[in-house]
Amino acid sequence: MSAAATVISLQGLTKRFGEVTAVDAVDLDLRENEFFALLGPSGCGKTTLLRMIAGFAEPDAGRVLLDGADMTAVRPNRRPVNLMFQSYALFPHMTVAANIAYGLEMEGCAKAEIAARVGAMLEMTELTAFADRKPDSLSGGQRQRVALARALVKRPRVLLLDEPLGALDKKLREQMQLELKRMQDEVGITFVIVTHDQEEALVMADRIAVLDGGRIVQVGSPRELYEYPSSRFVAGFIGKMNFFPGELSAGGVALQRHGLVAGALPAGLAPAGGGVAAVRPERLTLAREKPGGAVNALPGQIVDIAYHGQDLNIRLAVEDVADRILVRLPAGEAETGDWRPGARVWCCWAPAHTRILAA
Amino acid sequence: MARPFNPTALWLGTHLRLIYLFLYLPIAVLMVLSFNRAGLPTVWSGFSIQWYGALVENQAVLSAAANTLIVALVSTCLATLLGALLAIGVEYRRRGPALEAILFAPMIIPDIVLAIALLSFFTLLEFTLGLHSIILSHVVFNIAFVCAVVRTRLRQFDWAVFEASVDLGATELTTFRRIILPMIFPGVLAGAMLAFTLSVDEFIIAFFTAGAGQSSTTLPMQIYSMIRFGVTPEINAMATVVMLVSFTLVLLAQRVNRGAVTG
Repeated sequence: MSAAATVISLQGLTKRFGEVTAVDAVDLDLRENEFFALLGPSGCGKTTLLRMIAGFAEPDAGRVLLDGADMTAVRPNRRPVNLMFQSYALFPHMTVAANIAYGLEMEGCAKAEIAARVGAMLEMTELTAFADRKPDSLSGGQRQRVALARALVKRPRVLLLDEPLGALDKKLREQMQLELKRMQDEVGITFVIVTHDQEEALVMADRIAVLDGGRIVQVGSPRELYEYPSSRFVAGFIGKMNFFPGELSAGGVALQRHGLVAGALPAGLAPAGGGVAAVRPERLTLAREKPGGAVNALPGQIVDIAYHGQDLNIRLAVEDVADRILVRLPAGEAETGDWRPGARVWCCWAPAHTRILAA
Repeated sequence: MARPFNPTALWLGTHLRLIYLFLYLPIAVLMVLSFNRAGLPTVWSGFSIQWYGALVENQAVLSAAANTLIVALVSTCLATLLGALLAIGVEYRRRGPALEAILFAPMIIPDIVLAIALLSFFTLLEFTLGLHSIILSHVVFNIAFVCAVVRTRLRQFDWAVFEASVDLGATELTTFRRIILPMIFPGVLAGAMLAFTLSVDEFIIAFFTAGAGQSSTTLPMQIYSMIRFGVTPEINAMATVVMLVSFTLVLLAQRVNRGAVTG
């Protein structure tokens, strides 16, 4: 990854609400022109973190730096950062054009400049035909674009988006994910999006920070997080993951009944104590006989099969493994297999696809 | 389209008509009698508008009307300003039910209790009584009414618009002027009209807090003093005028507040 300049730097940022520490000593650098996602379950502190960057929540400790300058004490209306609200928060008594122009009026821009920039923004968000409409006569997707245009027209250093697609239905959401990414590319502004939807984060973001209990547990590209999760929480939160708990050893994880599951231990993990071997469902294959060679194989019984069109989700019961094991087979391969519930099978995978994590 | 016979609808319709009759018949009788030519209040002897003429020439009535207008206008302005700000504060930072109860108290406690309390309070402070004390007293209960009306409008308010405005670079004051006030304005106007109406026909509190003399006599007090010498068509005429003013304002207030709720 190229070493792009840092726009926003969070240093030891902490926020408490009474007894609860919502955000706990977060250090994070946001780079120029990247699409960054703060991902985590509800209550993980991601929205509070966003509101501290915007200036609507005051940190109890730590600093927010923008282009190297301390902004912690700067009021939200003076920060070159804009927030797109989850509810969109459009001004209901103003037209679409007036909503978009509002921020520029507050800056004291000349009338001609405001008209030009609002016009350009309407065009980019394909809202020109709706310029004179009031927000409540628009659809959810259109309102979302007005909110985006209103924040972007000010050309902020960073645009913060709080669950921007949360209010849209699934189909529109998928369309808007790509749309948002296209716009971010076009305007060249750093986007920071808060979401609880890991799929959304994977599709849109250049980098993702996974939060849990107010702390950042891992930062990386979608591929890094998916392929090399650093903890059991991240492995389970991003995508589907199968876990085989056992004892850590030099060559992998020793399962009580089935013996060693081979895999490379990550640096910094000592071959002692409890651990889990984690494998993605699409890395698993099924076989009727135990395969030979350096392949991990565990015996199990098919519990149920769900057909998803492009693939087949098969759940297995493996003795001494509490959770059902999910195997995702491509539809073409599944046809030739003729798998039936109740069948005794071996689930197999290459040791290179084993991720070994602390328990 | 022929509607099928529906006994429930018929019964409910009749019931509604009877209730309206019960509510408005006495007022209708009063209005009709205000056009009675004879001086007797209850015997019809021909149509005339002479009592409205007499009203305009009655100096005591005119000065009382002027006093009422002054009290209503000033107390409405003060109560609207304070009540609307109070509503914003209460809705923005929600507090417990105790505060709610305190806010509603001036609307609910009997006028006579409020009147005596205010009089005692003014006397304790050795405050001279007059129009100004009536104005202050009317502000007391009108704040509660304005606040209640504005709050119903603020209930549907998405407070994120407040933060959105600040986020876009506005100060709190600009946000109030450009965003909050326009959004709640119909509610404020409706509250003001209601306050004005309540002030115009308020009697008990004004009676207690006015002090002595014609200079601080309001229209309801004037009617009361005239009525002690018998109900005349002149009083009916005056009551009709007062009632029409109140009725118009209440209707307007409702229309204003309903019209733009979604706006």
